[in-house]
Amino acid sequence: MIIICRQITRKTGEWNMLNIENLHVEIDGKEVLHGVSLAIGDGETHVLMGPNGSGKTTLLRTIMGFSGYKITEGKIYFKGRDITEVPLDERARYGMGMMFQRPPTLSGLKLGKLLNAVANCSPESIGRFGERMKMSDFMGRDVNAGFSGGEIKRSEILQLLVQNPDFIMLDEPESGVDLENIALIGKSIATLLEKDRHIVHRNKSGLIITHTGYILDYIEADAGHMLCNGEIKCHGNPREILKLIQEKGYGECIRCQKN
Amino acid sequence: MSEELIPDISEEDKKRLEMGGIELDESNRSGSFIQTDQHIHHSESKIEGIEMLPIDIALKKYDWLKEKFWNIVDRDKDEYTRFVAKREEEEGPRGFAVIARKGSKNIFPLQSCLFMQKSEVQTVHNIIVAEEGAELHLITGCTSSIGRKEGTHYGITETYVGKNALVSNTMIHTWGENIRVLPRSGTVVEENGTFLSNYVSMNPVGYVQMYPVANLVGKNSVARFNSVIIAHEGSELDMGQGALLNAEGACAEIISRLITTGGKAISRSRIVGAADGTKGHIECKGLILKDGTIHAVPEIEGQLTNTEISHEAAVGKIARDEIEYLMARGLNEEEATATIIRGFLDVKINGLPDSLQKKIDAVINAAESGF
Ligand SMILES: Nc1ncnc2c1ncn2[C@@H]1O[C@H](COP(=O)(O)OP(=O)(O)OP(=O)(O)O)[C@@H](O)[C@H]1O
Ligand SMILES: [Mg+2]
Repeated sequence: MIIICRQITRKTGEWNMLNIENLHVEIDGKEVLHGVSLAIGDGETHVLMGPNGSGKTTLLRTIMGFSGYKITEGKIYFKGRDITEVPLDERARYGMGMMFQRPPTLSGLKLGKLLNAVANCSPESIGRFGERMKMSDFMGRDVNAGFSGGEIKRSEILQLLVQNPDFIMLDEPESGVDLENIALIGKSIATLLEKDRHIVHRNKSGLIITHTGYILDYIEADAGHMLCNGEIKCHGNPREILKLIQEKGYGECIRCQKN
Repeated sequence: MSEELIPDISEEDKKRLEMGGIELDESNRSGSFIQTDQHIHHSESKIEGIEMLPIDIALKKYDWLKEKFWNIVDRDKDEYTRFVAKREEEEGPRGFAVIARKGSKNIFPLQSCLFMQKSEVQTVHNIIVAEEGAELHLITGCTSSIGRKEGTHYGITETYVGKNALVSNTMIHTWGENIRVLPRSGTVVEENGTFLSNYVSMNPVGYVQMYPVANLVGKNSVARFNSVIIAHEGSELDMGQGALLNAEGACAEIISRLITTGGKAISRSRIVGAADGTKGHIECKGLILKDGTIHAVPEIEGQLTNTEISHEAAVGKIARDEIEYLMARGLNEEEATATIIRGFLDVKINGLPDSLQKKIDAVINAAESGF
């Protein structure tokens, strides 16, 4: 494989937003991630690709700190601090945020109430973000109850907008979303990641799982990673990796021994 | 005014009454009935067309009311009804009669306060009559004094919902730890009539056992029962609700939310579909926060092809993934748990005036701060 492995640390001398070292993760006693290493600098957006079941969601949920993902080896550093043992909610308050692939339904809890409870912004801003995500009419509805696929994505992005985290993980933000809404979601993710700001002033970083790469039309990604069978097979330019998958399929990556 | 409603009451007890939905200054209320132990202090409705009278006076005033006395609830139903009947013979009946005349309506509820202060046993017998097209909202706060450590409350309530009428009765119980509560209630609903029964009990209580039944005898009549209950350690609540769909197009809904923090909560419910085009649904959800018992006993009985009755029941702890979803947004575990419980207990009741819904929400919210 020709893609060059590189580790980007644009602002040298500063801590990376995220550093993962040799992470091994078990679910129900079975190892799913076998030594994953990854570094994401301040202001950078990375893309995570790989076949179904390769461990992408597992990696995101482990970084976030969900129960059921047992780290048997390795470390996670966030903003320079070892958070391997830090509880989920503390990671969130420390600036991590995540968009769920399949969020649970919270019956009885209204979206509006949830937003008020988690917001790091003014009530007026909540209203503005709600309008922007076309979710104003959903404020009185139970969170995720009967939401369509696209509505779930919009609600997830809206929650992240009011939460305003520094490091944002997105699990397939564009899957199941129609063309018009992809534009809305893509632009909103760009806002979340401060893509409108110059890289020097940009502090937000992201890690985005995508199968299609459509999201790359709205956000410039700085790097891509290919995960196969719980191992990162290569790091490189996301569009090049995508092109390779399109041309040769995942088989090439699975066979690839270079890493 | 507020001082007159209940003389001789401690500040603490005042708070308990307020928690039970009783406004001592009668703000947002259309009238009040106040009974402490067996003594009736006050009984008055401020709305034209609606009377709120002590039951003994009402029975003397209106001959026709006698037919409605011990009519839905059988005097010989059990030892408790017999006890009340015997006491009525000896001392005269206590409790209230509310009579809403044809077309009358109250937006702010009438309140009835049944307060146990000094005596061991309180008995009441209430009759509620809503004539054709009337809309009647009632809130009943049942409370025992903080100093009353033991006691038993027997309550008979017979409700008559006339043609096109609506009756909502919201009961908020604030009893003490060793109080036994044995209400015996029944309702008859006529054509196009609607009966809403809401029951909230968030405080520790000794033992509650009740099984109100609505008999839907009129075409397209409706009954909805909602209850929200917390069974604290040492409390046992044996709650039931029944609906008999005896007329064409009648429909009933029984919704219960039960939480145990160590006590025992039983939710019995029964809907019988015995006429064409009838519909019924039972929904019972239980949350076990601390080892205790939640026992759901839903019964559905259909007697002909054209009836549709269903039930769903679930008992368990709060799902971990729901708590973690909120934690991933920055709430700590306690906040996340409380937020989910608040949602769990949130029951919106169709047809209930705002002020009553707000009161129910406030009672539930106040209890939650303890989780
Ligand atoms: N809770 C679980 N219990 C058992 N196995 C699990 C669990 N969660 C994930 N796995 C397994 O771990 C592997 C990785 O799953 P993961 O969800 O991380 O894949 P993914 O790369 O996100 O796939 P997709 O592209 O389909 O979303 C799969 O084989 C999956 O079945
Ligand atoms: Mg996945």
